[in-house]
Amino acid sequence: MAKKVNKKKNRLIFRTVLLVIMAAIIVYAITSKDKVTVLAEGDKAPDFELVDLDGNAHRLSDYKGEGVFLNFWGTWCPPCKKEMPHMEDMYKDFEAKGVNILTVNVGEPKVKIELFRDDMGLSFPMLWDKNKTVMDLYNIKPLPTTFLINPEGKIIKIIKQGMTEEQIREFLESIQPK
Amino acid sequence: MSNIKCQCGHENPFGTELCEKCGRPLSEKAKKSDIVDMRYEGSSRRSQTYSSSIIDKIWNFFSSVKIGVSIIAAVLIASAIGTIFPQKFYVPATTDAEYLAYYERLYGTVGKLYYQLGFYDMYNSWWFKILVGMLGTSIIIASIDRVIPLYKSLKKQRTRRHPSFMKRQRIFGEGEIVNTKESLDNAEKKLKDFHYNIKREDGAILAEKHRFSRWGPYVNHTGLIIFFIGVLLRGIPGFYVDETMWLREGETRNIIGADGYVLENRGFILENYTKEEAEEVFGAALDKVGSVVKNYQTDVTLYKKKDGALPGSDDLEKMKDYSIVVNKPLTFNGYSVFQMDYKLNELSTMTFHLVEKTTEKSLGEFTVNLSNPEKEYDLGNGSTVDMLGFYPDYDGIKDGEPYSKSPIPNNPAFIFQMNTPDKPEGEKSFIAIQQTLEVEENDYAVKFAAADTRNISGLTIRKDKTLYILLLGGLVFMIGVIQGMYWQHRRIWIQEDSEGHLLIAAHTNKNWFSLRKELDKLRESADLPAYIDRQDPELDKLEQEGDENIWT
Repeated sequence: MAKKVNKKKNRLIFRTVLLVIMAAIIVYAITSKDKVTVLAEGDKAPDFELVDLDGNAHRLSDYKGEGVFLNFWGTWCPPCKKEMPHMEDMYKDFEAKGVNILTVNVGEPKVKIELFRDDMGLSFPMLWDKNKTVMDLYNIKPLPTTFLINPEGKIIKIIKQGMTEEQIREFLESIQPK
Repeated sequence: MSNIKCQCGHENPFGTELCEKCGRPLSEKAKKSDIVDMRYEGSSRRSQTYSSSIIDKIWNFFSSVKIGVSIIAAVLIASAIGTIFPQKFYVPATTDAEYLAYYERLYGTVGKLYYQLGFYDMYNSWWFKILVGMLGTSIIIASIDRVIPLYKSLKKQRTRRHPSFMKRQRIFGEGEIVNTKESLDNAEKKLKDFHYNIKREDGAILAEKHRFSRWGPYVNHTGLIIFFIGVLLRGIPGFYVDETMWLREGETRNIIGADGYVLENRGFILENYTKEEAEEVFGAALDKVGSVVKNYQTDVTLYKKKDGALPGSDDLEKMKDYSIVVNKPLTFNGYSVFQMDYKLNELSTMTFHLVEKTTEKSLGEFTVNLSNPEKEYDLGNGSTVDMLGFYPDYDGIKDGEPYSKSPIPNNPAFIFQMNTPDKPEGEKSFIAIQQTLEVEENDYAVKFAAADTRNISGLTIRKDKTLYILLLGGLVFMIGVIQGMYWQHRRIWIQEDSEGHLLIAAHTNKNWFSLRKELDKLRESADLPAYIDRQDPELDKLEQEGDENIWT
């Protein structure tokens, strides 16, 4: 009889294991994202290195311990243009509080970006992603897209539209180091 | 649930229809029937046992063929519905609201429902994945539940069967034979000639061939499972990439889907056949349509990010120069970049003259590279032209400013400042195609002289590490199909019963006609009782000689 009980037990274990594996596969298939790894809120922001219009290299990891407001934009995009002056207004204040505004232009001619900057009177760092590497890395679809990165280097929010002055202020405050 | 003990002494699992060893009918159903159901050898399918725990209940659910067929039907129906309207992939939208708007605008309420139920992105919808997962589970469990008992009972089968088993076979015969020993010897010899495996114990023969044909369906299912695993692996990053990108001549761009690689387009070439070189083959076609393309080619340079360098940095090393032509992709590190598409003649540079309006005398010319314009163009004779504004895709004035609707130079417009020795403080002018605006009357003008164009290559980036897994799955699948289709598992039992009668019975999983033909040939060389095919008795009566009255 002991042998039979054992057999029954083994069968139950086998069945449970197989069903659990199948369930795990299904759950994995549902939760895994598309072929491309798309960044989501809560993910670690991937590090990158880009040069700004003045030739200074910026690494995201340089800003560890500080908040980063990472804004992807293009000169032809009206909402991008609209939110820039607000960012300019708050840029200095928040830099002192440990929150950095970094803007990344997605591969336009350098002169075009310079003309835009001079025209708008912008002074925050404008990074130039001339090979669109960082744009692909962050999987940018609509412009503007803004990533709020906290002092620990985590993406806490992804904003895929233009922002009002008030929203920008709130977002900047949300990633301020304590 | 207890075992069933057969009269022969063998203990059978609960649910067994026919004793695994001697073949006596055990269930009421089997006892009553004229011909026993030989599917799975009358063995106990594991699903019919133990349904005490929730695990067993789930297991039994998936073990059911009815459930399996229902799941297949559900997958089929869902897939069919998924083809009614275009899938997400073909819809020009990026946000959820845009997708909804698209389906609602084009297909009304049905379209809205189609979107809401997830049919618009079916292969990524949770319910489709669950269905396919359930199908996989059903295939695995149903197979396990059948192949193991089948294997066991075929392995355990005894040479001598109980007469009640023999009598319930579809092909059965019984009769008095003069010399049973001689008959059995002759039968054994003949059956060996037919390539049967023979087991003989005193007064009984079991002849069997092509048992492996019974494993065909399970081999086939194993192939399917391997195929599923391959498809599943495609979802894991690093196994499968299928992306497309446009790359302009002169442009250097990150390769989508291939992290750390950058590609430069050094030129796109489109060549046509000339009449002279291809008269023989394409002469008629050339006369008819004018041109036949000989070659689509993109000359590229591949760069790789140096080890340790961060994405976006200029720390790149050149890997190789290559000319991508159709079906000859650039390959590197498991990736292939294919020539797929092209666009010709996008504006790339514009050349202008600086002229004095009254004399129309040129002070020199300068060329603006539209993908990399400069701030100042020095004409060399004390005159310069400054770029004050550049609008690559000019689309009128918005909010008092020229507006560019995209970064692509479809309709370039500029604001130039012309600095000449005459007018050192400069004159401003807005220049668009066939349009010039001046704030006040200028002495000098920038006049368009010439334009140059460039081409754009459409490239596809592919990586597929699952291909060989899919191939293996397909191969195993086909082996299973062939195994089950082209061979039949045949068994012939001949035995002498206690009263000295000779009994003959036969079974096959398909192609009964051939089995009967083999039996007829057997009866030519061995003295065996006439048999009858009880699902087709008429046929047999006509063909056979000998005692036909045994059934009446």
